[in-house]
Amino acid sequence: MRRYVIIGNGISAVNCIEGIRSVDAEGRITVISGEKHPAYCRPLISYLLEDRTDQKRMQYRDPGFYDRMGCEMLYGRKAVRIDKEDKKVELYDGTLQPYDVLCVAAGSHPFVPRLNGLDAVEKKFSFTTLDDALALEQAVDKDSKVLIVGAGMIGLKCAECLAERVSEITVCDLADHVLPTFLDFECASYVQKRLEEHGISFALGDSVEHFGKDPSSGKNEAVLKSGTVLPFDVLVLAIGARANASLVKDIGGAGERGIAVDECMRTSIQDIYAAGDCTESTDVSCGDRKLLSNLPNAAMQGYVAGVNMAGGSAVFDKAIMMNSISFFGLHSMTAGTYTGELFEEKTDTSVKRLYTENDLLKGFVLIGTSDRAGIYTSMIRNRTPLSSVDFEMMKKAATTAAFSAGARERMFGGTV
Amino acid sequence: MKRVYVNEEWCLGCHLCEYNCAFANSGMQDMALALKGKPIYPRIHIEEGEKISYAVSCRHCEDPICVRSCIAGAISKEGGVVKIDRDKCVSCFTCILVCPYGALAPGEDGVMQKCELCLQNSCGEPACVKGCPNRAIVYEERGEEA
Ligand SMILES: Cc1cc2nc3c(=O)[nH]c(=O)nc-3n(C[C@H](O)[C@H](O)[C@H](O)COP(=O)(O)OP(=O)(O)OC[C@H]3O[C@@H](n4cnc5c(N)ncnc54)[C@H](O)[C@@H]3O)c2cc1C
Ligand code: SF4
Ligand code: SF4
Repeated sequence: MRRYVIIGNGISAVNCIEGIRSVDAEGRITVISGEKHPAYCRPLISYLLEDRTDQKRMQYRDPGFYDRMGCEMLYGRKAVRIDKEDKKVELYDGTLQPYDVLCVAAGSHPFVPRLNGLDAVEKKFSFTTLDDALALEQAVDKDSKVLIVGAGMIGLKCAECLAERVSEITVCDLADHVLPTFLDFECASYVQKRLEEHGISFALGDSVEHFGKDPSSGKNEAVLKSGTVLPFDVLVLAIGARANASLVKDIGGAGERGIAVDECMRTSIQDIYAAGDCTESTDVSCGDRKLLSNLPNAAMQGYVAGVNMAGGSAVFDKAIMMNSISFFGLHSMTAGTYTGELFEEKTDTSVKRLYTENDLLKGFVLIGTSDRAGIYTSMIRNRTPLSSVDFEMMKKAATTAAFSAGARERMFGGTV
Repeated sequence: MKRVYVNEEWCLGCHLCEYNCAFANSGMQDMALALKGKPIYPRIHIEEGEKISYAVSCRHCEDPICVRSCIAGAISKEGGVVKIDRDKCVSCFTCILVCPYGALAPGEDGVMQKCELCLQNSCGEPACVKGCPNRAIVYEERGEEA
């Protein structure tokens, strides 16, 4: 009987369990879960604080899942070291978990910069775990002034969910626009405007120089590089994430910023697989190796890792960066790489940008317009030659009617 | 498993299937009362090219990318049918971002909905198929997954 060990119990771990069980009903699965909870939908922590979900509904799987899958769960336990020769994982408490095949599904951790005066700030939070969200909920009230450092997806989601709960929110970022990893200045302005309409303020193109206290009121304040002084009660640090790659990199595993994996989710070390936010893999829209952290990739990688760990065969070679996110009802979608020729269509409330190069759709940005966007996404992932579709038609709206008759027959004529 | 298939040559582009779908899922008894003068939110839609038209609804994919991509764990596959738990959905539109067929769209309440083959409503078999005047939509078995 094969012994499977999974480090982590997030999205990729759950899909890994399902992948293993699709092939092997017998093997023993041990899950080392740093968090004390069954897997929950991490992106939903902001929805929890908006009361748009609750702790029960935001569970990733039903309550019987781990039992049904025959998993031994080690909750609240952390892996500290992998012994690749003896094939054992050492836990924080010194115990050892032997494995035949291991999957590292350890996700990422929030990057906390060294900032002068940060230690003296009492109410400071990250916003990546359920426990973070619950602690933040306790720390704020309707009079709170909240400062969020970081205008990326996580910082803005945090701002959105606190908007109705607190008195003031300011988001500060070194970048001169919001969502800098996904959007340029012009596209970002649509999103920023929507957030501002809901009372959120911004200090962009600026960064915290130090934290201190106002001498008269004793209140916290952040002094920015520009000289602006922002008083606050509660601080949220959402500057970025770092892959939890050290367990594998410490024992010689390949990788730059994450754990390098191939299309079967194998690391460079025998019998060790990895999946999700802790990995770096090939972006099929540009060919580069990078961190491709998003939930769909984590889920698909986890499943493929599980199938292969159990002796089946599966590949995941269509990873791209993609994201769909909404702020106060305004949906923004992005996918792929923004290179090549640009087709753009704009209105006061929407933007559509399609990037094409060498007969391929490389990437897109869709704000305030999202109908059937997956047709575009699949063209990027499948590297569909533009010459095989009516791309003029496709520019107007994503439609399978722009595909050839043969392609439509393959898509709609049988089982897919 | 039986799925919904379309015949491009026979589709008239009359959009009746969209109305039948919206009605079947309205939970109401009277079609006029349910749909007249209101925008409709069907789970099937007509795609139109220069010379062609055909109805598209969920393919109930063998390895559905929407199931893996849903950030709320709201989409699942049971007995071959890809279902959505609308109570869990948070309207992030990630499923729209990934479905290669354009088969998902939000309902009137903004929450995602998709074809569940009318197995969950009182119709019991796809209303789009039953109501198509030209048999351009069929419900049948065509090749099965292992
Ligand atoms: C607020 C927020 C909003 C988001 N919104 C979106 C979104 O809208 N769309 C999207 O695609 N993505 C979103 N994401 C990203 C998404 O949540 C991640 O890409 C996804 O959860 C990655 O899954 P994973 O399994 O790789 O890692 P995780 O789900 O992070 O799971 C990793 C687990 O491993 C555990 N772990 C780490 N080290 C150890 C160790 N040494 N021993 C034991 N356990 C360990 C951790 O505690 C954690 O529970 C969001 C993230 C956040 C925080
Ligand atoms: S919604 Fe789309 S991806 Fe999901 S099963 Fe249906 S056709 Fe496939
Ligand atoms: S819109 Fe709803 S069903 Fe679709 S991915 Fe988001 S939470 Fe899941």
